[in-house]
Amino acid sequence: MTGFLTLFCKEVLRFWKVAFQTIAAPVLTALLYLLIFGQALEGHVRVYESIRYTAFLVPGLVMMSVLQNAFANSSSSLIQSKITGNIVFILLPPISYLQFFGAYVLASMVRAFVVGLGVLAATVWFVDLSLAAPLWAITFALLGSAVLATLGVVAGIWADKFDQLAGFQNFVIMPLTFLSGVFYSIHSLPQVWQAISRFNPIFYMIDGFRYGFFGVSDVAPASSFIVVVACLAGLTCATLWLLRRGYKLRS
Amino acid sequence: MYAIEVRDVEKRYGALQALAGVSLAIEPGEIFGLLGPNGAGKTTLISIVAGLTRASAGSVKVMGADVVDDYRRARRMLGVVPQELVFDPFFTVRETLEFQSGYFGLRANGDWIDEVMHHLDLTAKSGANMRTLSGGMKRRVLVAQALVHKPPVIVLDEPTAGVDVELRQGLWSFVRRLNHDGHTIVLTTHYLEEAELLCGRIGMLKAGRLVALDSTSNLLKTFRGLQLKLRLDREKLPAQLASRLLAREGDRFTLELHDYAELEQVLVGLRQAGETILEFELQPPDLEEVFVRIMDRSA
Ligand SMILES: Nc1ncnc2c1ncn2[C@@H]1O[C@H](COP(=O)(O)OP(=O)(O)O)[C@@H](O)[C@H]1O
Ligand SMILES: [Mg+2]
Repeated sequence: MTGFLTLFCKEVLRFWKVAFQTIAAPVLTALLYLLIFGQALEGHVRVYESIRYTAFLVPGLVMMSVLQNAFANSSSSLIQSKITGNIVFILLPPISYLQFFGAYVLASMVRAFVVGLGVLAATVWFVDLSLAAPLWAITFALLGSAVLATLGVVAGIWADKFDQLAGFQNFVIMPLTFLSGVFYSIHSLPQVWQAISRFNPIFYMIDGFRYGFFGVSDVAPASSFIVVVACLAGLTCATLWLLRRGYKLRS
Repeated sequence: MYAIEVRDVEKRYGALQALAGVSLAIEPGEIFGLLGPNGAGKTTLISIVAGLTRASAGSVKVMGADVVDDYRRARRMLGVVPQELVFDPFFTVRETLEFQSGYFGLRANGDWIDEVMHHLDLTAKSGANMRTLSGGMKRRVLVAQALVHKPPVIVLDEPTAGVDVELRQGLWSFVRRLNHDGHTIVLTTHYLEEAELLCGRIGMLKAGRLVALDSTSNLLKTFRGLQLKLRLDREKLPAQLASRLLAREGDRFTLELHDYAELEQVLVGLRQAGETILEFELQPPDLEEVFVRIMDRSA
């Protein structure tokens, strides 16, 4: 247990020491989105009857930041350790692959929550936010950040170079998060895109998270919950299988 | 029980056979030297012992614990100083050592960390960020990291490569003391004279094969042969001595003798041929010589 806790603390301390880049920067980015999109689209777009667009946008931005940072943390920590070679310090001790997995994922979730709370704290002044079902919001934040942190573990282990990781981030994570209904409700999309969006797991995370605030969503939260849990379970099994085999780490 | 037991270990990287069936057993309390040219497979073998790499075939035990099936016990028994100067740029020396200690499941290990830092002259750098340290200092931190959990077996992969003479000597006397305190030591090095002084036993790897494995003194005896270096005024070696010739450069000849008794025959031969000796030097074999010959022989 001490091995796991130490690795977890080390991972938390790692992003905390560079909090300016790992926490302040993503909070600022989210704030810019709010100012630009909120300004430009307020009054033009009305997603749900009773909700102003800026208010609609905030939970989406919070969740987007949560998800992107969960992914960024585990993936960048692992690739840095691999490239600088200091991953040996973690591979030499008697840390099991389960502990390894748990420490990286949990530390990334901590960063995701810190950033998410930061975005919420920075944006909440601009809007009137309700919290209709806070438990759903927390549940989806936990599950969503766990999924993306796990994906980050896989990407960090798979990538041999920074550009490969950047490619993964730009061509997989970014499109999936942007095309998930952060800035719109999928009901405003043409039929085809609505159908396509339903294959995007991040759509369910954001939709479910937003339900926690407004009590309305495109999909029933229980359905989104099942989709996200299934994703997490599948991805976790696959990742643990890779780790157990020593994929790329113990070649 | 052996400190390290390597059995028929093979490692293939695609078409490359990095280790082609290596077996060796290291007794507790030994200082064992693993020698071999670059690419011989030393680091690969160490990585397999440490569980960083998996063998394609064969098995390895550390203090009786299999490095795959019983990896937790095996890794607790082992401290490894990697060949590359790796470090985590986010942390200080002290943090690095405390984390390493925690990874091995140790909580209140501050006293031992202090002691290790003291022995390695790191105390003054305790709060310094790893990035700011010189290469030699980083190497010391690597050694300290390998010792935080007091492992009975310590493996050092070229710990003195690129390190200045002073640190090298300090490191070797530290290694001797660790050995004196009961630790088994395995090291690879390019400095053969140091391996000769330090190691009780030596294994030589070449292209993934163990081509020699013996006590240092036996290895030196195998080539009990002496080298006789001569400068001759007529620059001509008598025919009866031609079979002894190892090397020639102008009027300088290097001859091989099996023992001191043969010296007389050589001198008689030279006198009969009317040669005059201008310079004369007799050298006992050193490990460098043995190494070169073993590597040539198994070419
Ligand atoms: N990860 C790897 N992938 C492919 N080849 C490797 C890898 N690691 C080592 N090798 C090859 O295995 C051989 C042995 O390397 P190594 O064990 O580092 O030798 P040494 O430490 O004796 O210099 C070399 O030919 C090296 O190129
Ligand atoms: Mg090597």
